[in-house]
Amino acid sequence: MKVTLVDYGAGNLASVEQALRRLGAATERCATPEPLAAAEAVVLPGVGHFAALSAALDARGLRAPLAGAIRRGVPFLGICLGLQALWEGSDEAPAAPGLAVLPGRVAGLRAFPGGKLPHMGWNTVRRVAGRESRLLRGVPDGAFAYFAHSYAGPAGGDAVAVCDYGSTFAAAVERGNLAGVQFHPEKSGAVGATILGNFLGFAG
Amino acid sequence: MSLARRIIACLDTDGARVVKGVKFEGLRDAGDPAALAARYDREGADEVVVLDVAAARDHRPTFVETIRRTAGELSIPLTAGGGIRALADARAVVDAGADKVTVNTAAVRDPALLTELSDALGSQAVVLAIDALARAGRWEVCVRGGRQPAGLDAVDWAAEGAERGAGEILLTSIDRDGTQSGFACDLVAAVTGAVGVPVVASGGARAPEDFLRVFEDGRADAALAASTFHDGLLAIADVKAFLAARGLPVRQA
Repeated sequence: MKVTLVDYGAGNLASVEQALRRLGAATERCATPEPLAAAEAVVLPGVGHFAALSAALDARGLRAPLAGAIRRGVPFLGICLGLQALWEGSDEAPAAPGLAVLPGRVAGLRAFPGGKLPHMGWNTVRRVAGRESRLLRGVPDGAFAYFAHSYAGPAGGDAVAVCDYGSTFAAAVERGNLAGVQFHPEKSGAVGATILGNFLGFAG
Repeated sequence: MSLARRIIACLDTDGARVVKGVKFEGLRDAGDPAALAARYDREGADEVVVLDVAAARDHRPTFVETIRRTAGELSIPLTAGGGIRALADARAVVDAGADKVTVNTAAVRDPALLTELSDALGSQAVVLAIDALARAGRWEVCVRGGRQPAGLDAVDWAAEGAERGAGEILLTSIDRDGTQSGFACDLVAAVTGAVGVPVVASGGARAPEDFLRVFEDGRADAALAASTFHDGLLAIADVKAFLAARGLPVRQA
């Protein structure tokens, strides 16, 4: 199975790439629309600013092909900013459109006493009661994962796991072929490897 | 609601091999950085820091290659530092797989570097490393591997650094470094009280109690040790079990 990693020029793809390869997957980087038409599975990693991601998707002509691949049912995993891109937009850049394949918007986390921003470090991923998750199979409820972000998507709707940090936000979402995590599975030790392995499992 | 207190393993290298000095003097070889980093990942470290303590200009490519090899072994975050003097140096290690970079001497010389790095890489990737020496009830910033006083107050400099874009402070007590006499909790508390970004305490770790003290009394977000871990004096899992038994949130693998 080959995973197509979307390269929009900002994210550090190397660590995601290495984590997937350690799990036995082949990877290709994609910065143009063409490979998305034939992709078997797509991962959209991401660090940086929502506006930069939104602008890069347009500049590289990736917006419609990405949305098209998702609609076709190609297994898709968004990581961090790559998850946030799935919603309609973000308070980080109110004028920049998201891919809008999930309803709702990304909002800023708020600092609270003892809660510094960015939210950076290991926090617990809490399963949403009654929601089945293929992505989190074998991951204990309350497992620690590595987060590095200041914005996050809504906890309701398609969230299969949430995280509490001042407010409660989506830590992992799943809708059919579509999955996303706000944390960095490629930096989350054995828990992260399990989650990436699960993605490869249902993608393959 | 609260983040896990992080335990960080630090590898001081000469660019290619791990070394660790007592009070920054008398370096001695202790192994291959990538292999040691992988061991710490398996043993439950929350993060690995790899520093080039020699930081000679002519061997930068060697250090970047060390970071690339180390990142390839890790499933946890990696911080690289030592000899980061400009955005290009930072980009080189980030492109090689580092999640964060530390800057020390170069930031003292040109504080605007912190803003430049944070604008380009995000503040989450920029760590201001401060080596502090106790002097007359305050702490003085020292640069060039802790050898040269910079004429700055460590608490003020930490606050200014955070203001200018550093997303984290790596705070080393020169007085405690390599002495295994416990963290400088008073220094750490003074800095955590003055900045709104995470503070990593470094220098002096020996016993699990030292970690408890620096988290409780120093209000540190993370604690770092080097020789204590790689000389096998203390196991990361034992530190975490000790902290968990006392009610601190820690990630136990």
